[in-house]
Amino acid sequence: MTGFWSIYIAAFVVLNIIGCVGLLWYTAHRRANKVNQAETTGHVWDGNLTELNKPLPRWWINLFYLTIVFSIGYMVIYPGFGSFAGTKAWSSVGQLKAEEAQMQELWNARYARFEGQPIDVLAKDPEAVQVGQNIFANNCAACHGSLGLGAVGYPNLTDDDWLWGGSPDQILTTILNGRAGVMPAWGPALAEGNQLAAVSAYTLSLSGGERNELSVRGAATYNTLCVACHGADGKGMQALGAPNLTDNVWLHGSDPAAITRIIAEGKTNQMPPHGPLLGDTRARLAGAYVWSLRPAGQ
Amino acid sequence: MIPNNETYNDKVVQQFTVMTVVWGVVGMLVGVIIAAQLYWPALNFDISFLSYGRLRPLHTNAVIFAFGGCALFATSLYVVQRTCHVRLISDKLASFVFWGWQAVIVLAAITLPLGFTQGKEYAELAWPIDILIAVVWVAYGILFFGTIVKRRVSHIYVANWFYGGFIIAVAVLHIVNSLALPTSAMHSYPIYSGVVDAMVQWWYGHNAVGFFLTAGFLGMMYYFVPSQAGRPIYSYRLSIVHFWALIAIYMWAGPHHLQYTSVPDWAQSLGMVFSLILLAPSWGGMINGMMTLSGAWHKLRTDPILKFLIVSLSFYGMSTFEGPMMSIKTVNALSHYTDWTIGHVHSGALGWVAMISIGACYMLIPRTLNLKSMFSVKWIDYHFWVHTIGVLLYAASMWISGIGQGLMSRATNPDGTLTYAFVEIVKFTYPYYFIRLLGGLLVIVGMLLMAWNVFKTFQMAKDVKPQPVLEPALAH
Repeated sequence: MTGFWSIYIAAFVVLNIIGCVGLLWYTAHRRANKVNQAETTGHVWDGNLTELNKPLPRWWINLFYLTIVFSIGYMVIYPGFGSFAGTKAWSSVGQLKAEEAQMQELWNARYARFEGQPIDVLAKDPEAVQVGQNIFANNCAACHGSLGLGAVGYPNLTDDDWLWGGSPDQILTTILNGRAGVMPAWGPALAEGNQLAAVSAYTLSLSGGERNELSVRGAATYNTLCVACHGADGKGMQALGAPNLTDNVWLHGSDPAAITRIIAEGKTNQMPPHGPLLGDTRARLAGAYVWSLRPAGQ
Repeated sequence: MIPNNETYNDKVVQQFTVMTVVWGVVGMLVGVIIAAQLYWPALNFDISFLSYGRLRPLHTNAVIFAFGGCALFATSLYVVQRTCHVRLISDKLASFVFWGWQAVIVLAAITLPLGFTQGKEYAELAWPIDILIAVVWVAYGILFFGTIVKRRVSHIYVANWFYGGFIIAVAVLHIVNSLALPTSAMHSYPIYSGVVDAMVQWWYGHNAVGFFLTAGFLGMMYYFVPSQAGRPIYSYRLSIVHFWALIAIYMWAGPHHLQYTSVPDWAQSLGMVFSLILLAPSWGGMINGMMTLSGAWHKLRTDPILKFLIVSLSFYGMSTFEGPMMSIKTVNALSHYTDWTIGHVHSGALGWVAMISIGACYMLIPRTLNLKSMFSVKWIDYHFWVHTIGVLLYAASMWISGIGQGLMSRATNPDGTLTYAFVEIVKFTYPYYFIRLLGGLLVIVGMLLMAWNVFKTFQMAKDVKPQPVLEPALAH
């Protein structure tokens, strides 16, 4: 704020407060002894509207002064009076930084021992899993659900089906850096004949769906277009995040219409990177909780 | 001497009064619908123009500017004639103001559900409608102040100060906040950007509350309370102090809507301290209204209109205490972005604004129809009770859910994580949304009772002759 605007604002503040005090003082004192409390001002409107001129209630005057005194005190201590920063030199950014530093200190003291630990090791520590669950609830549950069960479009984290790999390091990488899965839209390429329905039928047949004439016809198209990512056996490719099509787990819906739509329209699915948000240790703790969700016996 | 053929223009008053009731029913019905949608989200039927985001601005605009606006037009045009002892300066201008304002409301009711919006709260309407509002408002100003200029009494009655302040301030607020560069027939960009835009918007937004919903309705209070109580105004000097202090200080309070945002700290502080200083001037109006009734308290037993007026003043006092408290930064950190704000707004809108308007309408309609009272005084009493209980259910449920939301949002575990996920807060809030819906239903039942009572009262009126302008009393 330049000097001019600082003075401009401060002057208006002073003017307004002095105006209020002056008005209050003047009306509270003027003819205080001369007011006849029972008599009206003598003005009459609309036949019967009149006014008394009772003194201002004392408690009300005091309340008014009190708020003004408080406000002046506040502007001495806190910013408000033009560019004067206040005796406390408080700022909202400063408060935020202080609180963040305090949080960081607490974090350093309590969780230094988790630093750099692999998530499968952390998963054996009940405290780490508990903290991880809290971090998961705050940051991951909105998409993956409070229990990690996922939803349409958001992977289930409690099964053993992993788009990008289920090793401790792969899970941590997913959390820290995020993932972007891209399924191209094949609708235009499959527009002719019944190709789209055929590929869809073949895809379903990979997961135990009915094998029929249509699905057999789709195999040929599959083996030219889809095979590059999903593989000849349909087991997918974790390096690309291409899903396994043989396990009957369908991220975007399992009914034939949903599968046909994904083939036709494609899908870009994004797991946002959480490294910048959580930092390494907290990402590891969230990972430890995810690791703890694996089906028993693995 | 008044020419013996000069009468008051009560036609425009009746038109606005009837539309107050009509838009009250419509606006509050939309409110009940969106309250129900929050409880049963499927009630938007997947139709875009029935979705919450489109209906919510329709609800706020309909209640504030259609219902509240018509009540202010009706009462101000009645009061300015009665207290200036003169007919409105122009019947044509009065007619233009009425039809112009109705056109604004109808255009809002069409464009908002279709999704046309400027995205500024309480200033959503697209730029062509903003221009129409400005034109109608200036016409209203000319009509009101022109009539003041022609008055036959030298002293301007206190109600007119408040109406005058409200008319001038709303013109300034609306025009400054709506300045925009049109990019198409229904789209524009504000000429301000970033933090300045936010500041201008909430300077407007808060003073829409301060001048439209407070100063204007205080004008209403200053005529209808003493008139119905048959008592003189308590203190002339109190009205002077609180009028000037109120209009001077309200202008500062806008930034309290932007606490802990990127608005500069000095502006946030000033928004807070001037909101606190605003407490006493706001209460000045409540004291003057309440104390005017002293000596006439027995009338509350028999006069349900007086009950509306006095309870509206109680809600006014309560919400003008709550407002400054919520502007304190530490309180605001808890209350902002929660249902507490919604509860606060509704104790003001349904408690203060609606109740004083309803009371004033129940007085205006028989008076302008040359009748002694409404068709049914008992129904007014029923209306009073369902409305009051409805508002209490509404405000109390939103206080609980709001404070709960605030506390749950800031609760943290020892490890620094939040204790509650967002969905848990929603789950906590859910039952209170039902209680709020019940409150809203009671209010709309009351409004329907009122609509029927108004209809029957108009049926009772036969051959209504215009009322002659009253000779001013001689000053002593």
